Amino acid sequence: MVLPGGFSYGDYLRAGAIARFAPIMTELVAAARGGLPVLGICNGFQVLCESHLLPGALLPNAGLHFVCRDQRLRVDNADTAWTAEYRSGQEVVIPIKNADGRYVADDDTIAELESSGRIVARYLDVNPNGSQNDIAGITNEAGNVVGLMPHPEHAVESLTGPSADGLGFFTSIVKRLVNA
Amino acid sequence: MRGAAVARVVVDVMLKPEILDPQGQAIARKLPQLGFEGVAAVRQGKRFELELDGPADEAALAEVRKIAETLLANPVIETFEVHAL
Repeated sequence: MVLPGGFSYGDYLRAGAIARFAPIMTELVAAARGGLPVLGICNGFQVLCESHLLPGALLPNAGLHFVCRDQRLRVDNADTAWTAEYRSGQEVVIPIKNADGRYVADDDTIAELESSGRIVARYLDVNPNGSQNDIAGITNEAGNVVGLMPHPEHAVESLTGPSADGLGFFTSIVKRLVNA
Repeated sequence: MRGAAVARVVVDVMLKPEILDPQGQAIARKLPQLGFEGVAAVRQGKRFELELDGPADEAALAEVRKIAETLLANPVIETFEVHAL
């Protein structure tokens, strides 16, 4: 299941706050807790945080501007359902395009994410939104739920993106399902 | 049964103090340029006004607190206060 980017319910109140209560979410939250692989991209990441499938929250970019750029990232966790096709430490270029991408969590949560290797991807060169610890994506304890601020679906083909570096998110899940 | 005063309840939502508020900072930076001196910092929050069907009694206020923590505020990053108008 992929929760895509966009501005669901107009991002009214907070990004993802109302989408989190969309009719499908009751079933989705239960299925995700039961192991269903779920990837939330951008607005989808915000929805996953609002629904408490992932810890923390996403706030307006520290610079207050919408940021749209080809972003260098490092994949720090290549063990999740969505990142198994990468190498841990692999550097990739994937576009980022959001207004509310600043990942925040309390100190205990950040320490827990760091020590348990649950930070899936980190921004390199520039932190585009003021995210704590340069966090671009995280996973839940089981590794089946991943939230990612950049858009891997916009980096699957050189004609339409800066690279095909995002493809790995989708080949990871396809291989996992085929081999299941 | 119209005619009775409508009970209104206010929910104020603020970012937790430890969380950076760039919107508040942008407002604070603008103030001196407008000639307003003496403001050390600005934090921006949200105010919701809820119109109730019945009176704002303790049960209704408890229900509004539940609404606040479920939807109006995100307890991960925000705090809220509820009071009747």
